Amino acid sequence: MTEKYKPFRGHPLPPREYGSAMSAALTAIEARGVVKRFGSREALRGVSLAAGPGELVAIIGPNGAGKTTLLSILAGIARPDAGEVASADGAVGWVPQQAALYRRLTVEENLLLFARLEGHEDPRASAEEMLELTGLGERRGEIVARLSGGNQQRINIAIGLLSRPAVLLLDEPSVGLDPRQRARLWEFVSALAGGGTTVIFSTHDIQEAERYGGRVLVLADGESLFDGSAGELREAVRSEAPESADRDFETAFVAYLQHRGH
Amino acid sequence: MRGVRWLLLKDLQILRRSPLQAVLLIAYPILIAVLVGFAISRGPEDPRVAFLNEVPPNTRISVGGAQLPKANVEDRICEKVECVFVEDRAEAEEKVESGDVLAALVLPYDLVNKINSLSTLTPGVPEVEVLVNEENAVKAELVDDRITSLLAQANLRIARRIGAEGGRYLGLLVNGGHFEVLGERIPILGLRTTARILAAVTPELPPRLRPALEEVTEFATQARDNLNVAKPMIDRLAQPIAVDKVAVGGESPPLEIFAVAVAATLTLAFVVVLLVAGSLALEREENAFPRLTRGLVSSTGLLGEKVLLGVLVGLAVTLLMLVGMQFFLPLDLGRVWLWLVAILFSAGALGAAGAALGAAAREVRAVSLLAFMVTLPVAFLSLVPSGAVGPEVFDAIRFLTALFPFKPALEAITAALDEAGSGMGGPLAHLTVLAVAYAAIARIALRRFAAV
Repeated sequence: MTEKYKPFRGHPLPPREYGSAMSAALTAIEARGVVKRFGSREALRGVSLAAGPGELVAIIGPNGAGKTTLLSILAGIARPDAGEVASADGAVGWVPQQAALYRRLTVEENLLLFARLEGHEDPRASAEEMLELTGLGERRGEIVARLSGGNQQRINIAIGLLSRPAVLLLDEPSVGLDPRQRARLWEFVSALAGGGTTVIFSTHDIQEAERYGGRVLVLADGESLFDGSAGELREAVRSEAPESADRDFETAFVAYLQHRGH
Repeated sequence: MRGVRWLLLKDLQILRRSPLQAVLLIAYPILIAVLVGFAISRGPEDPRVAFLNEVPPNTRISVGGAQLPKANVEDRICEKVECVFVEDRAEAEEKVESGDVLAALVLPYDLVNKINSLSTLTPGVPEVEVLVNEENAVKAELVDDRITSLLAQANLRIARRIGAEGGRYLGLLVNGGHFEVLGERIPILGLRTTARILAAVTPELPPRLRPALEEVTEFATQARDNLNVAKPMIDRLAQPIAVDKVAVGGESPPLEIFAVAVAATLTLAFVVVLLVAGSLALEREENAFPRLTRGLVSSTGLLGEKVLLGVLVGLAVTLLMLVGMQFFLPLDLGRVWLWLVAILFSAGALGAAGAALGAAAREVRAVSLLAFMVTLPVAFLSLVPSGAVGPEVFDAIRFLTALFPFKPALEAITAALDEAGSGMGGPLAHLTVLAVAYAAIARIALRRFAAV
């Protein structure tokens, strides 16, 4: 079966106006000293993060670092055991790692359902807008189960965008996508950020974080090790693990984590 | 409520999109209705029994030297079972072994001789032979019951016939008449006539002879009176104990109504429990639950939607089944509103139980298996009558079945269908309590769903 690829189109949604609840006018979402425990295991140990409008923040770390847990707390799905989370008045869109949609419904039916559940005044217009945005208009009538993983992820993201959120949280959005689909995904996400939407995504791919994240937050075993630009992360890795300076960035990053006890 | 409406439509859309599920939901109740309909409109077929009668023709049972009329045991047995007449024992054994017949009944050649010997000083033991293939316990039990019952009936008929003949001879002895021996009519005076003749001639006799004759007259009178009493006793000897059935502990519905109620409740239970549990687990399997409960719909709302889905589909399917039953057994349509009440309460409680199962398991397959593992044994146990097992075991069964909505649902639906049945109040209250309890369990179990 041949896959018909359609790039994400660059129509970023207009950002919402932020309310006065935030500590700074330019902060779209903020977490302070967040702690989360699962039984005796501490999944997050006092993690803090703040992101402004249009910022693209990558959360990177090995498996079990606490990336999904942090995003779930930012999305309001899980509650922190300590610390606090605040966001601007605009909705926070959440795109889980595994596509959260109904595989036995068509593309259009999924978008319509969630638009209706969100109480859109004109759900059809919202669904149309997302079909246009994701380039899946021609496949609107297809059952989602028959679509490729990449296209399912597009719909997954489109559902997260239905509420036109000021902040979009993406949990490992490129997992399972081929290089072409990945490139189109990041083209689309970058365009969203360019339009003012705050995008926070998790990944365990250091190159992806370095390439697309304007800022990088490094998590390991629930601990925040680094928060800064990709360039600053390279610098930190070089100074922390000088013996790996001549090797590729991924190897150097692993050495950096080991130096930090992870 | 807005969210619940759209989710309900979504679930119905998914249901409609799964042709196998949709066909099963429609075909299943129709199939059940047809099967139960045929089962209750036609009696169980007579079991096939091989019959070998080795008794020589024209051999009769004789009592006191006189032959009884033919008892027609063969005809009577073949009224109750489908007799397959065989030529010899080998053929009978072959038919039993091949499963062509349930059993073989052999009346041996000396059966009548042995019956006749019962009234002699050297009585034999009359026996009939039953050949069975005990390939499984249920079949063996069935054969045992049927053959024992047939022979008991045959014994009873023979005993009655002997009793009747004995009574006739007593009548002859008391009242007089004629007795035929080898084609010759022999007059019998009888005790009554004897006493009358003696009483008439006594005054004509010399006084010294009268006391002795009066003693004979007295004996004849006493013998007549006592033998008159003996006749009904002989009649009762054939069946000394009669059954007087008195119903206590509530009236049971007619068997066909009960069969319809069982079929309807089974249909309702499986459809509702599987649908509610499966659709709730599907939200988890599709990863949609966290997305939905992020402000789009509350966990309680989601639970309510699933139960509502089960109630609506269960109501439609069960009503379809009951309407189908009309072709076989006219149900009282004037009680339709009672059907609706019983089905709605039952579906609500079964739906809540399904929601608890669906919230406890994470995958649709696991939930389906769990639903079957719970519903099927509970349904089976709910049909075990008291007295069929020991009192302790029955108490345990009663406790277990009271924890699941099947039994009160069966009681409510039976009461709704049966005009003379017991009230619906108790079962409906039971169902309400179970619905609330299971909904609470489901709500607590749903917290596990939220865990990422």
